[in-house]
Amino acid sequence: MEKNFDGYEEIDKSYNNWENNKVEKIKLRFPERKEKFTTSSDIEVKGLYTPLDAKDLNYVEDLGFPGEYPFTRGVQPTMYRGRLWTMRQYAGFATAEESNQRYKYLLEQGQTGLSVAFDLPTQIGYDSDHGLAEGEVGKVGVAIDSLRDMEILFDGIPLDKVSTSMTINAPAGILLAMYIAVAEKQGVSSDRLRGTIQNDILKEYIARGTYIFPPEASMRLITNIFEYCSKEVPQWNTISISGYHIREAGATAVQEVAFTLADGIAYVEAAIKAGLNVDDFAPRLSFFFNAHNDLFEEIAKFRAARRLWAKIMKNRFKAKNEKSMQLKFHTQTAGSTLTAQQPDNNIIRVTIQTLAAVLGGTQSLHTNSRDEALALPTEDSVRIALRTQQIVGYESGVTETVDPLAGSYYIESLTDKIEEEAYELIKKIDELGGAPKAIEKGYIQKEIQSSAYKYQMEIESMEKIVVGVNKFRIEEDAKSDILRVDADVEKIQKEKLKALKLNRNNEDVKTALNILEKKAQTDENLMPYILNAVKKYATLGEICNILRKVFGEYEQTVIL
Amino acid sequence: MVRPIRVLVAKPGLDGHDRGAKIIARALRDSGMEVIYTGLRQTPEQIVAAAVQEDVDVVAMSILSGAHNHLFPKVVNLLKAEGVDDVLIIGGGVIPKEDIPFLMESGVEAVFTPGTPTKDVVDYIYNNLKR
Repeated sequence: MEKNFDGYEEIDKSYNNWENNKVEKIKLRFPERKEKFTTSSDIEVKGLYTPLDAKDLNYVEDLGFPGEYPFTRGVQPTMYRGRLWTMRQYAGFATAEESNQRYKYLLEQGQTGLSVAFDLPTQIGYDSDHGLAEGEVGKVGVAIDSLRDMEILFDGIPLDKVSTSMTINAPAGILLAMYIAVAEKQGVSSDRLRGTIQNDILKEYIARGTYIFPPEASMRLITNIFEYCSKEVPQWNTISISGYHIREAGATAVQEVAFTLADGIAYVEAAIKAGLNVDDFAPRLSFFFNAHNDLFEEIAKFRAARRLWAKIMKNRFKAKNEKSMQLKFHTQTAGSTLTAQQPDNNIIRVTIQTLAAVLGGTQSLHTNSRDEALALPTEDSVRIALRTQQIVGYESGVTETVDPLAGSYYIESLTDKIEEEAYELIKKIDELGGAPKAIEKGYIQKEIQSSAYKYQMEIESMEKIVVGVNKFRIEEDAKSDILRVDADVEKIQKEKLKALKLNRNNEDVKTALNILEKKAQTDENLMPYILNAVKKYATLGEICNILRKVFGEYEQTVIL
Repeated sequence: MVRPIRVLVAKPGLDGHDRGAKIIARALRDSGMEVIYTGLRQTPEQIVAAAVQEDVDVVAMSILSGAHNHLFPKVVNLLKAEGVDDVLIIGGGVIPKEDIPFLMESGVEAVFTPGTPTKDVVDYIYNNLKR
């Protein structure tokens, strides 16, 4: 593009003038608060941005128009003028009955999509009566042992009307199969189902920890789901490639983008290797990012991620369908920024993070509740968190035009910088042999850990201020109105399991599991066989045990 | 030569949140202690076996899943059953203040909640060692 140098020369001259006369002079009398200002990713922030910082920007190539390549300004042409983002609060605890009540409450309050949190035994493929499940049943999410629990979980919720996101990874195919089976009972065919399974095992090895099987088998299960859904559940987002947990583990914004997209590249490569056509599955890939406190860096992060992914899909994977190049994403506000001290302050943090997500063009959003550094949120806290989204959505006016911060010298310069640095990291991972190899070598984990440690040290040295934690502290009493999961939940789940095993046709279950075991040893797509076992009321633990038997279990490399 | 303080940093239960455990492990190491980190998904039995085998002075556990009231006391009791009574047992994580008295009665000697500077943990260990 032709550049207008006349204007820039003049700006350059007056900029230097201003800096040497005005800025330097005032700094003598009033020194700046810090010697160097930086973002969370250690990108230096200047005192002022001018057209000089955006002079290399080629509008059509680098930004383009919303809904058009490279999607920097958003994936839809009208963004929130057409419809606000999906307000989707991650919820689930105790039994399916109690979680079903919470979902109905949230839908009544104006929430527009469901997001299911499962307890740890469910996420790791253990039934509630397994020894390792002791003390964990129903704690961080709902306990699901079989299709029976899933039927209760969605009782009275029409699955053709809501979209449902399920945070489930290693056993994602099994929970999806249960969802399909519940829908069938409601008379809803699988091609009408909308929603997402997280299904992102690589970040489990990196940061989240709910893995079961070794990488190769896990990648096979994932590509099985891609293939199955492209035919049977075409509106379903088959994976939510997650930077959220990578950031929570301590990564910077740049690392979040880089490691997430590197994982994305690994999934695309695996699917292509399994014989799928890129444009058949790539439109159903979705992403999941964190929204942190550094407002402008976060907004730039979302824009940079969109542009970078579009380029990767187009240039590296030769996608032809524009939908394959669109990075659609869910956002959750940053749990790690919530403080246990003066918890009401968290409402303000969440508001800033909500703004970051919305100004960054998110497709859906979960806002954390103020009390989550203490325990699971109470109903009151969840309502305030949802109201925060509604106030930003309906009152703030930031939704009225698409990508309102585009053209800001600072935002564009940061967007470029984040894209550039993330791309460098992705190249490094490519050199190591791709994300799975980089994880095996501990490279990604080490990078994240050193960022986390650096951040902690900055707080302890007061280089970074966290209000209520290392400054502006007060004496506080213990908060008494926190949500507690009844200890009886474990007992109730165990009894339900016992009853299930007495009442189902155990011969059918055995047959279904035997077939699954045989098929797992072939290259066949396992989804139909999993669905069959689920419909016979085989439990989650039984199905996972069959797969453990065939695939083995992942052994974590402890990196310190 | 004085033997350095040996600490087992452990993640009992199924919880995968290990940012805190790893930061603590590194801070203790930087302060001159010898740190053994168990990795994720350790049963109380595995933790106790590691503590005995490594002959540690401190067991530091981290839980963010809400299973602390169940798992922390279990580790304490198993250690006692092994006849180990001179190991300092501490815990941390997302733990409501109200639960702390129960945990301390159960034999966990200090509970550190979110926002604790790592230096406080280091100092606590130096001042409260049992051997």
